Amino acid sequence: MPEETIASLAVRRLSILDESGTADAALLPSFSDDEIRRCYELLVLSRAFDTRALALQREGRIGTYPSILGQEAAQVGSALAIAKSDWVFPSFREMGMHITLGYPLDLLFRYWAGDERGMHAPDDLNIFPVCVSVGTHIPHAVGAALAAKLRGDPIAVVTYFGDGATSKGDFHEGFNLAGVYRAPVVFICQNNQWAISVPVARQTAATTLAQKAWAYGFEGVQVDGNDVFAVYRATSESLEKARSGGGPTFIECLTYRLGDHTTADDASRYRPAVELEAWRGRDPILRLRRYMEQKGLWSEAYGKDVQQQAEARIDEAVHMAESAPPPEPGEMVDAACATLSPRLQRQRDELVQTS
Amino acid sequence: MPEMTYRDALNLALKEEMRRDPMVVTWGEDVALYEGSFKVTRGLLAEFGEKRVLDTPISENTIVGVAVGAAMAGLRPVAELMTVNFALLAMDQIINHMSKIRYMFAGQTHLPMVIRAPGGGGSQLGAQHSQSLETFFMHAPGIHVAVPATPADAKGLLKAAIRDENPVMFLEHELLYNSKGEVPEDPEFVIPFGKCDVKREGKDVTIVAYSRMTVLALQAASELEKEGISCEVVDLRTLSPLDADTFVVSAAKTGRAVVVEECWRTCGLGAEIASRIYENCFDKLLAPVERVSGLNVPMPYSRKLEKLCIPQVGTIVAAVKKVMNEKY
Ligand SMILES: Cc1ncc(C[n+]2csc(CCOP(=O)(O)OP(=O)(O)O)c2C)c(N)n1
Ligand SMILES: [Mg+2]
Repeated sequence: MPEETIASLAVRRLSILDESGTADAALLPSFSDDEIRRCYELLVLSRAFDTRALALQREGRIGTYPSILGQEAAQVGSALAIAKSDWVFPSFREMGMHITLGYPLDLLFRYWAGDERGMHAPDDLNIFPVCVSVGTHIPHAVGAALAAKLRGDPIAVVTYFGDGATSKGDFHEGFNLAGVYRAPVVFICQNNQWAISVPVARQTAATTLAQKAWAYGFEGVQVDGNDVFAVYRATSESLEKARSGGGPTFIECLTYRLGDHTTADDASRYRPAVELEAWRGRDPILRLRRYMEQKGLWSEAYGKDVQQQAEARIDEAVHMAESAPPPEPGEMVDAACATLSPRLQRQRDELVQTS
Repeated sequence: MPEMTYRDALNLALKEEMRRDPMVVTWGEDVALYEGSFKVTRGLLAEFGEKRVLDTPISENTIVGVAVGAAMAGLRPVAELMTVNFALLAMDQIINHMSKIRYMFAGQTHLPMVIRAPGGGGSQLGAQHSQSLETFFMHAPGIHVAVPATPADAKGLLKAAIRDENPVMFLEHELLYNSKGEVPEDPEFVIPFGKCDVKREGKDVTIVAYSRMTVLALQAASELEKEGISCEVVDLRTLSPLDADTFVVSAAKTGRAVVVEECWRTCGLGAEIASRIYENCFDKLLAPVERVSGLNVPMPYSRKLEKLCIPQVGTIVAAVKKVMNEKY
């Protein structure tokens, strides 16, 4: 018997909007002019949030914070495709997703200032708390997707994680189970090329991250993560597929972390300046702006107005966050358990009395 | 003796042992190029090269698992977990394999490996990144557990850990890295496991502590001295093996004991220590043993609440006063 090839894989890469702002008309999502403007405004708002968060951290007004600079399109583009009834399991670097889905900005600031109540999502938003443990929320997303399938909910589940998370057992085990049961889940990897100081090449020997999905029996695609249209298109197709029984999809968004890993890091110690410069040129917001300019949707005055409105919203959110009363000692005990044992109740009483 | 930080003392211990024995290697997340999240592996890649100092993918169970395999095959790995919180992802390798391999081989193989893991609360890192998990490791047979409080102990115990034929969980405290103290230069300065250190002598109350809690206990003892209460501070240094003799003798002498633990109180190491004291010198005690512990809640993210959950100098002082006023 001859030796033969019985399986091979191909990885698609989707990109619609190039760096000069020229779009592939055949692939362009059917956005109205208003929708395009909204997309731009969300990108700007996300960046304004990030800029302010970094400034607040330097002033000691919030704690350690992970910047989303450079990754806005991957977050806004994917979140625009998510329906209110879908569920989202984020990692810790997707504030652009929160903002796009309408998560209250003041709650985000409160969370990063060290107040878990900032993760108490409004009732109409199906967003799980930020997961700082790398990749450990992937099985949660698969579990929620299985639950949706079992209950007959026509929804999909989205989970976000970084390139570094693809090295975790949780990633592989979660993918595998999702494949076996065709769970309605869309896995979105923000491949920002770095996991703290470790580049992707040292995270995996594979050419792409997308191809990892094939080993688990479903499709993995790579998209230009700085191209808001490509990310939107890939996400909405995958979500549609998931909601209609087609099973999971893995989307690798190729992007770049322009900032430090967190405010506790200094990336210039390990990252080549030329690489950073090259990626600065691929700025996702600039790219959309160029496209809008070509379509006559962007002017200096409009750009300025969007920026000012974003900043005004951020000002208001920071003010709201900082005027919220700090958490009281009894609350941490109440939040820990649904029912307090007598001993925990005594501990709570003592705490409230002594502090 | 030169003064150095806890961080530098650990770094020096690693360098000395890597120079002394080519089988000593180290790996973990961001340990090579980045020189560790807390910079404990500074200069190691430059001096020992990529074969002995390796950055790993983010795969904690495997970081420990490959150390188990490599240790069986003759290396002496020192694996770094970025923080002890991620040891939870490697618990199968730690508890089900690392601690039992020797037993499963009927004693045929040694497992000379160390897992270094920074931990503890107080840096406002939230519920999943501020834990004190020492009791989890102490609970299992087959693992040695070190919890140094000072730079000298950090150096001497890490060298002992690397030379030990048993697997060691080496628990460093994140808030101690910048603390300073005198550290012996002698490359043969090794502190044997299973020996408490009486860090301060006293006659009224014994305070048993470890890691950062020892530092707080010493501060509390100085404050109490001003009020005429004389405290003896016994620093455990290793939790496994546990040198009960030293703290039992001390508690028998003073008649009163306070145990300070950063971990959760329920089934914490304070319960074990109190129990050893009761078993061995109940008749010498003038008051029940008091425990100062972390609160039984997930660590709050809020700075204000976090402080309430971790023992402070003031809570230790209050506990000492309480046992001074109690009587059997
Ligand atoms: C299980 C676990 N291991 C290690 C860490 C420490 N850590 C936090 S973020 C990070 C890098 C994550 O990289 P990646 O998945 O690429 O996400 P990015 O930070 O680039 O968004 C590491 C190692 C952690 N939080 N959780
Ligand atoms: Mg990354």
